[in-house]
Amino acid sequence: MPDAPAQALLSGWGRTAATRALVRTPSAAELGHLFSEADGRGVIARGLGRSYGDAAQCAGGTVVDTRGLDRVGEVDRSGEVEVAAGTSLDALLRRALPAGWFLPVTPGTRQVSVGGAIAADVHGKNHHAEGSFSRHVTAMTIATPTGEHRVTPAEDGDDGKLFWATAGGMGLTGIVTSARVRMLAVETDRVLVDTHRYPDVDSVMAAMDEGDARYRYSVAWVDCSRSGRAVLTRGDHARSADVSPKCQHGAQLPRERPVLRAPGHVPGGLLNRLSIAAFNEAWYRRAPAHREAEVQSIWRFFHPLDGVADWNRLYGPGGFLQYQFAVPPERGDVVGAAMGELSRRRIPSFLAVLKRFGPAAKGPLSFPMPGWTLALDVPIGPDGLAECLDHLDELVAAAGGRVYLAKDSRLRPDLLTTMYPRLVELQEVCRRVDPAGVLRSDLSRRLGLR
Amino acid sequence: MLDAFGQPQSAVVLGGTSDLAGAIVDALVRRHCKTVVLAGRDEARLASASRAAGDAGADHVATVRFDALDVADATRAVDECFDAAGPVDLVLLAVGVLSSERDELDAARTADVVTATYSWPAVALTRAASRLREQGYGRIVVLSSVAAVRVRRQNFVYASAKAGLDAFAIGLSEALRGSGVVVQVVRPGRVPTKMTAGLPKAPLSTTPEAVARVVVDGLESGAQVVWAPPLARWALLVARAVPQAIWRRLPG
Repeated sequence: MPDAPAQALLSGWGRTAATRALVRTPSAAELGHLFSEADGRGVIARGLGRSYGDAAQCAGGTVVDTRGLDRVGEVDRSGEVEVAAGTSLDALLRRALPAGWFLPVTPGTRQVSVGGAIAADVHGKNHHAEGSFSRHVTAMTIATPTGEHRVTPAEDGDDGKLFWATAGGMGLTGIVTSARVRMLAVETDRVLVDTHRYPDVDSVMAAMDEGDARYRYSVAWVDCSRSGRAVLTRGDHARSADVSPKCQHGAQLPRERPVLRAPGHVPGGLLNRLSIAAFNEAWYRRAPAHREAEVQSIWRFFHPLDGVADWNRLYGPGGFLQYQFAVPPERGDVVGAAMGELSRRRIPSFLAVLKRFGPAAKGPLSFPMPGWTLALDVPIGPDGLAECLDHLDELVAAAGGRVYLAKDSRLRPDLLTTMYPRLVELQEVCRRVDPAGVLRSDLSRRLGLR
Repeated sequence: MLDAFGQPQSAVVLGGTSDLAGAIVDALVRRHCKTVVLAGRDEARLASASRAAGDAGADHVATVRFDALDVADATRAVDECFDAAGPVDLVLLAVGVLSSERDELDAARTADVVTATYSWPAVALTRAASRLREQGYGRIVVLSSVAAVRVRRQNFVYASAKAGLDAFAIGLSEALRGSGVVVQVVRPGRVPTKMTAGLPKAPLSTTPEAVARVVVDGLESGAQVVWAPPLARWALLVARAVPQAIWRRLPG
């Protein structure tokens, strides 16, 4: 893709706090030159723009659109594949699934780039069993202002530190250009799913504590406004013997373009307390009270929202945010407290996603930590929302937890080092590979990340 | 940087010594604003305003002096504020001189009111806009007045200058669309402050604290025009339609 620099107004998936930057589309080889001519306003990479807040924008500076770096190699016999960092997980999956390989970790959408998945160290429904994305990356190539590095997770010293600082480092250690990903072998494109409903959040958490170990995938959808009633879905890839023969040959791929698309101009206030409560009610009622071994397509199970393009526009011009936090296993009480707080202040929230995390990755800024995570979408607008979330931040920080920077658009900077005590390790790596401080984003400026 | 709620971490306040500006700064600092640059004329009042900002919780407070009658100096004053703040998230313009019936046949006084309420602010806003444009983002909040919407006899010199500034700000807002810089006009009712001491209480009057709340909420909505109290929007819609013969006879 030829580099055609253009000024553009960029915001995250939440469509808040837009800023203007020069967008460039250099090849991997041109990045060194681009770093050297950057001025004081900085450079940051941007993939598909699915971070909710300001992680992939750089006001007054340069944003490197990586989508042109989209070469996908062949999956080798051991299941490893070299992918250029601008490749979407969607493109990778379309290539790999027909050959019997699935993504080792997939977030709720396939529309994230491999580079973005590394920079945010994304997690999926299998975190309790298989960790975050970086655990399945066996090597990556990172362009930094001091040169290009090929690094692996096992290395000691500077290279190993660069690998792990990059995994969850929100793009501040350099621009990942390519990565080697270890895929998961699957026999079919189906998932066997067990579904259970629970009347409140305590009972669903107890069920997850007790039974998650038996499943590869587990996640609960919780209705914050109604005492935390929940629908727990857990499952694993179906084996050939589990499904009818016609599913065994040739994976069914979803359409390239979603059938539904949110309209370009949606008035504010469409998603309000009433409409959100109605949606949550319908979702809860639709789920079976108890069903086992239901065969679902991979697409429906992992990426239900990918069926509607630009769904973020439904929140209207005011935008929305996602609040996601994690707390240690013994502080599961914070989940209920947070939901109670939102409900008490009558803040409407779509079904929240509740998940048990397994062991943390080694990245100093990697979000997942052993324990619980809760994520909820809220439109910007309700009175007292900002203060409420500030209060929740304090509960989370006091419990030894943290909020997810890939979702953040409003954290108070003074809580950052409490939530991420290993921030200095990232900063050390940044100073070494980028002594002039070229790599910056609106997120890093807002929170003082470096 | 601005957060998802449009709340600034750093603010420049042109006309930072007024009661209204003080209340707004207080509200901003109690949210996430840690850096405040206050610009004003009177050194003693700047000192007390910066103490108040520090007491409210600002980590870094600086002051810059300017005289709103010196239009040629406006660019220097704005640059000095920007240089003192680092990246500027919000520029609040709260500069103006109120007029009274005593002033209306005094040409020199009219020149002062118009200069301080329209000319200096227009030049300062122009400079602030180009600095923010370079940054690629930022907010400008211009304090206008409901008096600018339907001018009354009592303070028409001031009100006409505010009407000019209000129109200027709307025009600037349009000119900056797509630049990342957002301009908002706040139209408060009469706020009993130092400036209005001794005048009879007007309809649609409000308090500095109420205006501050409206400004903070307005930053969140990003609306081009924000009214304080919000009800004033509808009152003025009616007021604009009232024939002059009746308008003239209304008390207050």
